Amino acid sequence: MSETSLPPVTTTPAAPTREETPLRRFARSFIEDRVALLGLLVFATIVLLALAAPLIAPQNPYDLAAVDVMDSRQPPGAVAGEGFTMWLGSDGVGRDLLSGILYGLRISLMVGAFSGLIAATVGMTVGLIAAYAGGKVETVIMRLVDLQLSLPSVLVALILVAALGKGVDKIIIALVIVQWAYYARTVRGSALVERRKEYVEAAQSLGLSHARTVFRHILPNCLAPVIVIATVQTAHAISLEATLSFLGVGLPQTEPSLGVLIANGFQYMISGSYWISVFPGLALLMTIVSINLVGDRLRDVLNPRLEK
Amino acid sequence: MSDHVLQVSDLKTHFFTRAGTVKSVDGVSFHVSRGEVLGLVGESGSGKSVTGFSIMGLIDPPGRIVEGSIKLNGKELVGLGEGEFRKVRGREVAMIFQDPMMTLNPVLRIDTQMIEAVTAHDKVSHKAARARARDALAKVGIPSPEERLKAYPHQFSGGMRQRVAIAIALLHRPPLIICDEPTTALDVTIQSQILAEMQSLCAETGTALVWITHDLGVVAGLADRIAVMYAGRIVEAGAVDPVLDTPLHPYTAGLLGSLPSEGEPGEMLRQIRGSTPSLARLPQGCAFAPRCDYAQADCLTIAPATTAFPGERGVRCHHPLSGTGVAA
Amino acid sequence: MAAFILRRLAQALFVIGAMLVIVFFGVNVVGDPIYMLVSPEMNQEQIAETARSLGLDRPIWEQFLIFLRNAVQGDLGRSFVHGESAIKLILSRMPATLELALVALFMAIVIGLPLGLYAGLKPESKASRAIMAISILGFSLPTFWVGLMLILAFAVGLGWLPATGRGETVSVLGIETSLLTVDGWQHVALPALNLALLKISLVIRLARAGAREAALMDYVKFARAKGLSQSRIIGVHILKNIMIPIVTVLGLEFGSLVAFSVVTETIFAWPGMGRLLLEAITRLDRPVIVAYVMVVVVLFVTINLLVDLVYSALDPRVRLTEAST
Repeated sequence: MSETSLPPVTTTPAAPTREETPLRRFARSFIEDRVALLGLLVFATIVLLALAAPLIAPQNPYDLAAVDVMDSRQPPGAVAGEGFTMWLGSDGVGRDLLSGILYGLRISLMVGAFSGLIAATVGMTVGLIAAYAGGKVETVIMRLVDLQLSLPSVLVALILVAALGKGVDKIIIALVIVQWAYYARTVRGSALVERRKEYVEAAQSLGLSHARTVFRHILPNCLAPVIVIATVQTAHAISLEATLSFLGVGLPQTEPSLGVLIANGFQYMISGSYWISVFPGLALLMTIVSINLVGDRLRDVLNPRLEK
Repeated sequence: MSDHVLQVSDLKTHFFTRAGTVKSVDGVSFHVSRGEVLGLVGESGSGKSVTGFSIMGLIDPPGRIVEGSIKLNGKELVGLGEGEFRKVRGREVAMIFQDPMMTLNPVLRIDTQMIEAVTAHDKVSHKAARARARDALAKVGIPSPEERLKAYPHQFSGGMRQRVAIAIALLHRPPLIICDEPTTALDVTIQSQILAEMQSLCAETGTALVWITHDLGVVAGLADRIAVMYAGRIVEAGAVDPVLDTPLHPYTAGLLGSLPSEGEPGEMLRQIRGSTPSLARLPQGCAFAPRCDYAQADCLTIAPATTAFPGERGVRCHHPLSGTGVAA
Repeated sequence: MAAFILRRLAQALFVIGAMLVIVFFGVNVVGDPIYMLVSPEMNQEQIAETARSLGLDRPIWEQFLIFLRNAVQGDLGRSFVHGESAIKLILSRMPATLELALVALFMAIVIGLPLGLYAGLKPESKASRAIMAISILGFSLPTFWVGLMLILAFAVGLGWLPATGRGETVSVLGIETSLLTVDGWQHVALPALNLALLKISLVIRLARAGAREAALMDYVKFARAKGLSQSRIIGVHILKNIMIPIVTVLGLEFGSLVAFSVVTETIFAWPGMGRLLLEAITRLDRPVIVAYVMVVVVLFVTINLLVDLVYSALDPRVRLTEAST
């Protein structure tokens, strides 16, 4: 009998024909999920629309001269006094709702992005310090993190804005305080794992400084879980800002985010002018859901261990 | 042939997974008579447990019995509706599982788990069911059964838990019990105790056993007949002593050869080379051929049929190790 | 067991103490605490006089001791909007909030558990996929937006249920409840559903994960091998196992229900302590804010303690290990 005629019992995966960069492999496995891809496209569109708002919006809702009170509470599709069609209707003071939503998206996304960035920076720094310093420093930091995470975010944010007051800067501070602990916990967790790995010991035996070891070696290896947390937390921050603004303790009327727009429509809803609240709400919803879809997929792709 | 408690004919149980169709059981036939112990032997993945679960009607999607017949006391089980099958399970055929730590529900007391087993089939009072549960516990050698009824599973040792499982299996005195490696997870001393008790309990009640195991040593001491499974098929079957004394199939011989007791002290343990094939991609011809020392050209292309040998023996091999068979 | 309870009690007291410290110094860092204690109408001289009489000109650690002494006696200041003791004000609104939260919790279990069980036991079916999609949506939707949609659909559109306020209440053992009148239930239905939505999603996920895991366990197969009916296996064997994590998580989430009731109560004009908090925030009624925080912290700590006890009652394995330590 000849060995070569044996049927293969196990299959070996075909060797890739061309070297695949990690980024390319990541992108390929991300788009395998059609729903996540749709989420990414929707989110990209939303961001583009928000960025291009001044160019594409039929009206500048901040420009008092452009707004005509005669146009107030017009249903979707009505024609404004200036001649353009208000596809989504108008709000209580006559602003075109589509324009309001486009400008509102800018504010909502900006608050979400800035608070996320700052919280990530603060949280990662604190988390790294905890993991790297160990001992009492770590204990104190982690106790603080636990305490923070055990309190409902909505309540913490409410109390904070009560103390800080209204305004974009204040709301960003409140959102940072609500979010930083998630980053700190995540980064500390993966940094502790990374720290024990050989390359860190190797870096230290080479005489590299602590700061260099942390930022050049440990940090890059903690990024995957941080990216996942960042998507979820940004969606959460946008939702939270909208909630606070809706409750009237978030952004002022001069900074009309989606939450403010929805709040303004609330009083007209009972009397039937549903669109003033519903359309900004749908915009908010699409933003949050699309980010969450992307985040869900990122979690699957970046961390196979946490698939379910 | 009418005293066959169980008659399995050409049973095929396949699993339809994304990776392909896994033919876990692919044309298995055997029978068990009243009071008889059949040892169903094979490595993990040979389909012996799936055979057991097929008899119990406990094959879940993506698995399905695609062909064949299972007759229990003459009654066809394949194709039986879930409601009808429920009446069979526990009353006409019971099952004991491998890991006693996992078979009892951790959050329910022993009495709950035993009484529900009684009342699932017999409309008796709670009190009567409890009395039966207590008697069953006493019968399998559990001291002070009345108090033990109130305990939770975690308060028992592994051996004691397996005794409880055996007591539950015996509650309705079923004519057949399927035992899926019930002693594998236990200490050796407890293992032999339980084996001895099972033997005497079954002799007493005339219960037939299908004893699924990978351990030929257990089979040698316990079973009347043996069926060796490989890759979803029975490759050799017959009365225990002839099969173990003069194995006809190279796989049976290989299993026997790899028993530690077979070699000389200090000698390297012999083993069958290679590993069990993936059931989703079985080789053409004899499934064992790639690992077989006696394989010839025809083994690689033609799947062997079962050849009958004197004394109700059968072998699925083109080139059995000794003697000549009678065409089946 | 007694040692276990004592240890948990000590931990609880520690957390409450820590929150007292944080709240006290937080208020002092953020603004002059004198504004907690005087009404905004007073002029500078009156404020200075009040500060002296209250000892606010003394060193901060002395003030802290005074604050602590008052807090222990249940005095966290007077609301200068309502002129009443802040604690009493909060407590008077608490039954309405707890009622809402309890109904929401009940809904979360009654709606979420069957859906989650179904999705876990039949993971491949279309209905299960739909259930999971709903639960993902439930996590993404902001509570206030769902509240608006509920009002739009059931109150404005269909006109089935009232949109705002609490219904007719009946006094039972000194506690006003609206759960004994039809009108009360009509009023509580929408806000409770709104509040429950997030928790329904949570219960669906937990029940699904638990059921999927339990369905693969040998004890479920063994139960089937005994000839038990499907309903007995799901209703007793699987349910009792998955209830342990669900009860634990839901218990801990009760605190978050109370917190989120701020949003729901505001939308549905439900006269609970959440709405009171929001009013206090918009009117800068600081004593009420402080009192709310302290009441909620005590509530949280109590709930955690209760959850631990219930947990050990549900899981016999925990009971044993705790008793032996």
